[in-house]
Amino acid sequence: MIKPRILIVEDEADIRRFVRMALEKEGMNVFETATAEEARLNVGSRKPDLMIVDLGLPDGDGKMLIRDVRSWVSAPIVVLSAREQETEKVEALDAGADDYLVKPFGVPELLARVRAQLRRSSTVSNGAGASPIVRFGNVSINLATHEIARGDEPVHLTPNEFRLLTALIRGHGKVLTHRQLLMEVWGPGYAERSHYIRIYMAQLRQKLEDDPSQPVHLITELQVGYRLSGLEISEAS
Amino acid sequence: MTDQRPDPDDLLEVVKGEDHRSKRGQLKIFFGACAGVGKTFAMLQAARQLHAEGAAVGIGVVETHGRKDTQELLEGLPVLPRKTVGGNGRAATEFDLDGALASPYKILVVDELAHTNVAGSRHAKRWQDVEELLDAGIDVYTALNVQHLDSLNDIVGGIIGTRVRETVPDRIFDAATDVVLVDIPPDDLLARLNAGKVYLPVAVERARQNFFRRGNLIALRELALRRVADRVNADVRSYRVSHAIKSVWPTQEMLMVCVSADRSQERLVREGARLAQRLQAKWIVVHIDQPYKGDDTRSRETLLTIATTAQAAGAEFANIPGQDIAETLLDYARKRNVTKLIVGNPPRWKFKLFRSRLQERIARAGPEMGLILLSVDDVRPTVKRKVTDEPRGYAAALSIATLACGATTALAAWLLRVFDPSNVIMLFLMTVVFVAMHLGRVAGAWAAFLSVVCFDLFFIEPTLSFTATDTQYFFTFALMLVVALVISQLAARMRSEARVARAGERRASTLARIARDLSSAIKIEQIVSMCRDAITPLIGAQVVLLIPDQKERLVATQNAGFVDLSVAQWTFDHAQEAGLGTQTLSAANALYLPLKASMATRGVLAILPSGSTILNDPDDRRLLDACCSTIGLALERIHFVEVAQDTLVRMEGEKLRNALLSAVSHDLKTPLTAIRGLAETLEDSPNLRVNDRTDLARSIKMQADELKRLVSNLLDLARMQSDGVHLHKEWHTLSEIVGSALAQSTTLLKPRTVQTRLPATLPLVEVDAALIERVLINLFDNAAKYTPPETTVTIRAGASGDSVYLVVEDDGPGLPATDPDGLFEPFARGQKESSIAGVGLGLALCRSIVSAHGGTIRARARKPHGAAFEIRLPLGAPPEVESETADDQTAHPDR
Repeated sequence: MIKPRILIVEDEADIRRFVRMALEKEGMNVFETATAEEARLNVGSRKPDLMIVDLGLPDGDGKMLIRDVRSWVSAPIVVLSAREQETEKVEALDAGADDYLVKPFGVPELLARVRAQLRRSSTVSNGAGASPIVRFGNVSINLATHEIARGDEPVHLTPNEFRLLTALIRGHGKVLTHRQLLMEVWGPGYAERSHYIRIYMAQLRQKLEDDPSQPVHLITELQVGYRLSGLEISEAS
Repeated sequence: MTDQRPDPDDLLEVVKGEDHRSKRGQLKIFFGACAGVGKTFAMLQAARQLHAEGAAVGIGVVETHGRKDTQELLEGLPVLPRKTVGGNGRAATEFDLDGALASPYKILVVDELAHTNVAGSRHAKRWQDVEELLDAGIDVYTALNVQHLDSLNDIVGGIIGTRVRETVPDRIFDAATDVVLVDIPPDDLLARLNAGKVYLPVAVERARQNFFRRGNLIALRELALRRVADRVNADVRSYRVSHAIKSVWPTQEMLMVCVSADRSQERLVREGARLAQRLQAKWIVVHIDQPYKGDDTRSRETLLTIATTAQAAGAEFANIPGQDIAETLLDYARKRNVTKLIVGNPPRWKFKLFRSRLQERIARAGPEMGLILLSVDDVRPTVKRKVTDEPRGYAAALSIATLACGATTALAAWLLRVFDPSNVIMLFLMTVVFVAMHLGRVAGAWAAFLSVVCFDLFFIEPTLSFTATDTQYFFTFALMLVVALVISQLAARMRSEARVARAGERRASTLARIARDLSSAIKIEQIVSMCRDAITPLIGAQVVLLIPDQKERLVATQNAGFVDLSVAQWTFDHAQEAGLGTQTLSAANALYLPLKASMATRGVLAILPSGSTILNDPDDRRLLDACCSTIGLALERIHFVEVAQDTLVRMEGEKLRNALLSAVSHDLKTPLTAIRGLAETLEDSPNLRVNDRTDLARSIKMQADELKRLVSNLLDLARMQSDGVHLHKEWHTLSEIVGSALAQSTTLLKPRTVQTRLPATLPLVEVDAALIERVLINLFDNAAKYTPPETTVTIRAGASGDSVYLVVEDDGPGLPATDPDGLFEPFARGQKESSIAGVGLGLALCRSIVSAHGGTIRARARKPHGAAFEIRLPLGAPPEVESETADDQTAHPDR
């Protein structure tokens, strides 16, 4: 099996070190850079499978780096942010990042996110001939026929609910910001009406989650957006 | 030994003057005896001189009257453009005050100080414009003729035979920094006039015949010289005071001018002004308001004119109610330490039979005061005062009187069997007294006449005829008439006094009530409503209070169409009244009064009278002034209360910060010490067993987590308490926030059972989700810290009334026995000095966050045991969500 290549862009040496140690222990190939400039070079030469980018870099903004890189690289990007950078976090996700971690973060959490992103990118790249049926938990969705079932019970979704669900499925594992979801489901005129999405998410959870107040699949990233976790894509038979 | 030190009071006056002067612009007056002496010429020469020296001199306004040499002097000097004032065909150019204020010039030449501005200008007179320029720190050069000085107005009028209308108050002249006398001998002036240098040739002849007579010119010149000499005298005095030279006036003179409501009395006021100026004395103009004198509008207006004249000339005006003129005057004079009384001496023919003349009574009663009598030529016929206290219309009164007489006659005829005819007269007399008392003078006289007629007709033999012997009954009639008149006069006076007393009482009680209410007002809104509810009915006019905002711009406290903010702002900036009935911006339809308090002007009261008379009534004006100063003081008090509160809050904040620092430094150092110690143990012991190593590492991790929580709370608390908390509010579903908070607290709460009971129908709430999440995390953290592992933690929510509640409850040991609200104070903890970490910041933060959202948080004990924390958030109006449209069928191919 080929070792996945990970690029860490972080100016704090100690953080770089423990992240590197943790990832190498998982059998990954890790490269480090401390500046955005070096990172751009490394992205070209090393062709990483995943990037971990700190938002506060000494030679420029992490968001700018993400926007630059996203235009020619499809590898997933996980953002590291401190608490006071909440709005920047959303901007980074809108610029093309896939997930984020708030400092201080735990190693297990980091590893889980990295694995999820790697898995997702591999299914996305291999998923050309995937079957139209996807599952999470005990819910199965037929994207072709729009048939949804929870356990054996068929579930009825309104058109907007269904569109929201498919948007989440398309970006599964990835944090989708309110803005991205609103643009995709309702269109550009609704980009600022985030209460729409909250109401529809609550409805989706009522219909699809076992305990809507403690969701397992339709995860809230508070003030940022949503993420669908635990999606299984069955291979085409 | 004489005391060489200056009198502190005098010195203070001088210092005040100098202080005032240093900020104000300086006024230089070119003063002359009459037109043509060369004032404008001298003034322009001075201006040119300054201009040549490089000073910023501008010509505000100069009238050259077509004189050539003057015209030439103007060349090369910058002249401000004039402004066109007034519309509808009567437009005229006028000095542009605003342009002058905005101009870059430090010194302005403004000719003809006594000029009357075109109607529609801001001020009625040019000297008021000049005052404003001076207030703005601009130096002014101006020109003035002696006949325009207010106090000399009468004398000049006597000399030249016509009354000059355009006058300038003496105080302007006296307050000028410099007065330059421009003087030429009368013969030279006449020569100049003949040479056509003063007026254009067409006007020369007329002028020479009317005004420029040699005698006139000599007299005017003498007046001008004297007036300037007086001023120099005053300068010397002020120099003496400031240099500790013993004043020649050991005591301050105080003049009091007593006036009646009559036009002729204006002369008294002018004389008073002149005398006061001569004596360097303060002076008061007093009018005694006698209750039984009718108050017709004309005398009121006259009185107001006198009051305005007096105040413009620098006097204080007092309108004192009193029964007896002499007594009241003397009382007041003694109270004010008056040294000289000025009283008008009415013409001889106004001889009164019973009352001795006023001045004689004063002279008898108050020998310690100087009494100055001035003859007042009462040119105007006395206005016949309307008797206002006739209780009813004449027709009704007369018919009632007739009926009464008829009834008396009938009664007397019936009683005649018992009575003597002389007693019948007493019966009639009683009727007359009764009628006069209740129905007034005319009805009384009518009753007297009827009584005599009836008596004569019905009770004197031969009845039903008038006979020659009846002449004696003319005496009866005359007597009855006198009785009727005296009685009716007395009754009218009583009624009038009662009315005045009632009106006075009404004012006094209203004022007292307003003052009491205002003194207890602690919010500006209270004052606003007071203005609306108390003052409006009191003076019968619409009243609006205007209050400055932080940038000193006025804002109306209630919506009223009539308020002109620019006029109000002028009033506020200059602390002077303006608008209707004043000398400034009188075109406005409302009166604007500044609300002065001891430290500053606190606002403006705009008054829109329903009838114009109200503002002309001196009593109402006094009442209004009293109201204004009370409101001003109340506003100032509120201002200082706010300042004090701010200070208190700051001090509290300071105290809190200090407590926070000491507590935080302890709580932060504890986990740090642990982390450092544990890490060093790991570093120094290479031979540790794997289990021990993991244990140490886990401890480090836990301490770090604790530190993280503490730091987050501190950061949030700091954010909440820094001024102007900015909440990032959006419409959220509570279940989402609860879910997110629970997801972050799972490890913390383990192994406790967590139940959520959140109805799907919960409405959206507008909150800052990150902050509400922090509240929940802190509550969960609390539950984790203070409850045993087998506890169940329940989160439930619902909507009731206009709020949404969210309850986090447990069935643990419950709350300490103390006041549950005390838990929310920073650094409060259920058990003192417990081993559980945390500075007790969590609940304080929760309360700050919830109250920033306009909600409440309460703690209470549960039965049989356990604690519940209830958050209540206001339920706003959630935004609309469009229902899904029917054409959205694409997602449902199965339907």
